[in-house]
Amino acid sequence: MKFISDIVDGISLGSIYALIALGYTMVYGIAKMLNFAHGDIIMVGGYAAFITLSANWCPMWLSLVITVTVCTLLGIIIEKLAYRPLRSSPPLAVLITAIGVSYLLQNIALLTQSANPRMFTSIVNGVPPFLQVFKGRGAVFFKENPYKAEGIKSDLTISTETFLAIIVSVIIMVALSLFINKTKAGKAMLACSEDRGAAQLMGINVNGTITLTFAIGSALAAVAAVLMCSSYPLLTPSTGSMPGIKAFVAAVFGGIGSIPGAMIGGVLLGIIEILAKAYISTQLSDAIVFLVLIIVLIVKPTGIMGRKINEKV
Amino acid sequence: MNKILKRSVAVAMAAATALTISGCNKSETSGGSASGETLVIGGIGPTTGDNAQYGIAVQHGMELAAEEINANGGVNGMKLEVKFEDDQADPEKGMTAYNSLKDKGMKMLLGTVTSGSCTAVSALAAEDNMFLFTPSGSAINCITAGDNCFRMCFTDPNQGAIAADYIADNLSAKKIGVIYQNDSDYSVGIFNGFKEEAGKKGLEIVAETTFTEDSATDFSQQVKQIGESGAELLFLPFYYTQAALVLQEADKQGLDIPAFGGDGLDGLIGVLGDKITVADGVYVMSPYASTSPEEKSAAFTKAYQAKFPNDEVNQFAADGYDCVYAVKQALEQAGVKDASISASELCDKLKSAMTSIEFDGVTGKTKWTADGEPEKAPKVLQITVADGKGSYKVL
Repeated sequence: MKFISDIVDGISLGSIYALIALGYTMVYGIAKMLNFAHGDIIMVGGYAAFITLSANWCPMWLSLVITVTVCTLLGIIIEKLAYRPLRSSPPLAVLITAIGVSYLLQNIALLTQSANPRMFTSIVNGVPPFLQVFKGRGAVFFKENPYKAEGIKSDLTISTETFLAIIVSVIIMVALSLFINKTKAGKAMLACSEDRGAAQLMGINVNGTITLTFAIGSALAAVAAVLMCSSYPLLTPSTGSMPGIKAFVAAVFGGIGSIPGAMIGGVLLGIIEILAKAYISTQLSDAIVFLVLIIVLIVKPTGIMGRKINEKV
Repeated sequence: MNKILKRSVAVAMAAATALTISGCNKSETSGGSASGETLVIGGIGPTTGDNAQYGIAVQHGMELAAEEINANGGVNGMKLEVKFEDDQADPEKGMTAYNSLKDKGMKMLLGTVTSGSCTAVSALAAEDNMFLFTPSGSAINCITAGDNCFRMCFTDPNQGAIAADYIADNLSAKKIGVIYQNDSDYSVGIFNGFKEEAGKKGLEIVAETTFTEDSATDFSQQVKQIGESGAELLFLPFYYTQAALVLQEADKQGLDIPAFGGDGLDGLIGVLGDKITVADGVYVMSPYASTSPEEKSAAFTKAYQAKFPNDEVNQFAADGYDCVYAVKQALEQAGVKDASISASELCDKLKSAMTSIEFDGVTGKTKWTADGEPEKAPKVLQITVADGKGSYKVL
């Protein structure tokens, strides 16, 4: 039973990584750039949700709408101001700009929100009634309080946040796959990712498509922010950086540029991290995560779902 | 990649500060040193940068004490003047600040605030035979450079040992589950001291789990392992930010055992806000807590808040405040009346005076050994929650 509960924890953490990794991988696939500011968009989303949730006038649904709007607009603005002017510059210049944007966001947050950590209030308390099946400590299978009971200590408790993280991630991933494969805008994205020049010749608005990509990636970051802060309720200006790096690893792990790859990579990374903590050592868990990444990249350099593309010289 | 960038920014900032500091020196040394009636007390600590809250608290605590002493006629007729320099918790800058303070007529150093910087500066002070009294440098080698060095706070291992003693003597728990931060000297130091003493006292550490600065968000596995180990008490030797997460996770998992932490947990009430109920019954071992009902602590908190309304009063402020008063008592004991005494001569007098005084301050009754280590009883406080508000109860 402990193993099952560990796997559930891993999937919960992994689905948050996957949501963040989706943002990385979409932007990489279409704009061919690593948006290192992605983690910090999550942080901004966290603060937007924190501020609106703390305000008395703001119901939860409105706060979610505001958070998603803020992040989407932020993503579009960043793309327009910082990345678009550099579209034809060498990749290194764009990469450095992205790191610059990341630091800019962190320091703006430091200035306006101060370095004091905030305790995020989980959104679960405000879930509409039809979702309140899991209210309180979450769904408890078998026994109310596992540690109070003598003898049996292997009961399964899954928190509401965990349920939410998994369910929301699955819904978003399915919706995103449908969007990309079935809609015109989604197909335009696919075309841009295959060959930007040819896509433009075919009459696809490349700039518009890239802006849309940033908008979707940032909206996903907003959702990830709310889910992440609900599960791990600490909010500081550097909140986004470590999950951002882990999610980037997940994107590479799954094959950067591939949307199913990001999902699989994220979930696997979460499971590996939790299992390493549970069965090997809490000290070594991060080392094990990155070791697995190295092994995967040695064995399969394009990642799990990545396609090998021959460079034309 | 982020780390490299951070480092280069830090180097650039260091260069900029070094320039400004050296610029200051030139103008101030020409102004001449202090008059014969004023004894200059130096202080060094981070007043800018990541650890600024600690340095600022110590500086304000020292200034408050000096102001109170001067208003009451000074020490043996001498006025005290605090000159405080910023070192950004950096050993190099600490040494620069030390030299700069010497130029400004410093006769003794109440510093430095952070362990790394203190270790570096204490070597210089030992060479000069300058009296050094750190309010908060808790690493062992902060004061091992010479017999001129003293400290106000407990060392990290010492704090761990005292915690183990307290638990063994006063609480019923025998099986202890520990979470500690294995990339923090503070946390590892307390844990090592705790582990050693716990073995002697018959406490059993049934679960030993760790986290690092980077992985300090998800505590589900650590809490789960502690729950499964059958621990009767949770020992948390780290800072309140992470402790707040651990306590919430324990609450979520239904792990209902008491938690015990060191002075790093002071601040828990503030950070948890309306989720304070998860901290009900947590033991905090701190020489001072801002909400402590004790008379001396309460008077200090009130005076500090009146003078610095924007600051949060913490243990560092209390340590700085106590340092100045302890030095006052040592000066009176040694009968120092002339502020023009040389720093080395003053140091020799203070050395013997410090080991003979018994000081009763905000952070408790303290005596010092010849090694410069404080001997004081720990204060254990317990957080109690009523009407959604947390407060400390002195045990």
